[in-house]
Amino acid sequence: MTEKAFILNEDDIERVLRRISHEILERNKGYKSLVFIGLQKRGVPLANRIAKNIEIFEGEKVKAGKLDISFYRDDIGRNVKPDVQITDIPFDIKDKNIILVDDVLFTGRTVRAALDAIIDFGRPKSIQLVVLIDRGHRELPIRADYVGKNLPTSLDEFVDVKLKETDGVDSVIVLENKRKRDAQ
Amino acid sequence: MLSNKSIVDIDDLSKEEVNKILTNADSFLEVSKRDVKKVPTLRGKTIVNLFFEPSTRTKTSFEVAAKRLSADIINFSAQGSSLEKGESIFDTLKTILAMNVDLVVIRHSDCGAVKLISETIDIPVINAGDGKYQHPTQALLDLYTIKKRFNNFKDLKVAVVGDILNSRVARSDIELFKKMGINVTIVSCSMLLPDCMDYINVEVNNCIDDVIEDADVIYMLRMQFEKQDRKFYPSIREYNRFLSLDMNRLKRMKPGSIVMHPGPVNRGIEISEEVMSISGKIAEKLEIENQVTYGVAIRMALLYLILS
Repeated sequence: MTEKAFILNEDDIERVLRRISHEILERNKGYKSLVFIGLQKRGVPLANRIAKNIEIFEGEKVKAGKLDISFYRDDIGRNVKPDVQITDIPFDIKDKNIILVDDVLFTGRTVRAALDAIIDFGRPKSIQLVVLIDRGHRELPIRADYVGKNLPTSLDEFVDVKLKETDGVDSVIVLENKRKRDAQ
Repeated sequence: MLSNKSIVDIDDLSKEEVNKILTNADSFLEVSKRDVKKVPTLRGKTIVNLFFEPSTRTKTSFEVAAKRLSADIINFSAQGSSLEKGESIFDTLKTILAMNVDLVVIRHSDCGAVKLISETIDIPVINAGDGKYQHPTQALLDLYTIKKRFNNFKDLKVAVVGDILNSRVARSDIELFKKMGINVTIVSCSMLLPDCMDYINVEVNNCIDDVIEDADVIYMLRMQFEKQDRKFYPSIREYNRFLSLDMNRLKRMKPGSIVMHPGPVNRGIEISEEVMSISGKIAEKLEIENQVTYGVAIRMALLYLILS
């Protein structure tokens, strides 16, 4: 894998998240019915940062939880998957507007699994999706309500999101699988 | 995700794999705390509980674990089956395997029976206890219980007390604890120790008083009367004097230390009636019920790691 393009740095990510936080408040007419759920693993810090922004803008704390979708995958037994992470939704989601947060939207299968998982916890009023990067190539009829950056990619490329909380640094880089491309 | 698909004894698991199982167990513990205690992870998988020997907690624990992961589980017990008509174990197994099963959980009263079966069939097998040999899932849940309380295993002292000779739990526990770097001591008498103590290579004490003030974990074993073909101990009074946990001894244990027991407890033999029914702050020392709760999480993690 070699680096192809540098997409977002620390300041860019902060600006994007601030803009999205405002959009969420605008569309939902305030923070009152909102709860945030970040998808393991990099959606969790993103959800926390947006929740923090909203706290700063509105002066009131909002709730944020985390969700791991391993139990709801549609490819169990087909691929080797990383360890199951913690799910922690310490609040009632009934009749709430849920803001679901993930780093990259790709095939849409993770989001499909997340929707199933959330429904097992109760019946929310609505679920809206935030993604930092939308890289295209959807395999399911799913779209994001709030997008940090639309990034058209080829299937040989890999979008590498790093966040301070999980990786020590904030950056979004596109990597390319060069060998595979040369072979073609 | 595990290198050995079958788990027959502790040797089948590397230290890394044990840590992986314990890490994953936390997520499965959360599922059991939800209002809807079910996830669709193993939908469409079929698991058979093959119990050739009586069991309540292990069998129920596997059943609950499988059901919470949405797998179908079929319970088979030797009583009332064609085994009573004289069918051999292997023919019984063939019949069950012909139904396209994905995993079998086996308990048997003969040592090595599960290993033999795992070598003859090509789907994963989990040993739920075979004779006096091994009970690996019990050892994993015991280790998990210790991890939940102490966070790591460094410098921990565990004293395993009682009937080592007839206990498969003791064999698996001691092996696993040592593998993870825990300091293990045995408290027992010569009648209740196996011949191969050199092989186990653990310090042996004869009275629980020798370790009670020093141990972080007092692990009480059940007196296995059903496996004892002769009388191993002169009297219950003598057992109480050297190997039982009573109120007096419980109070002498150091702060933060815990008591474990694989269950079912013989009240008045390993643990006194009074200790079993205590309440208040000191009751936090007893981890016996937590062991059962954690057992479901550990078995869910195992089923997930083997079948996914």
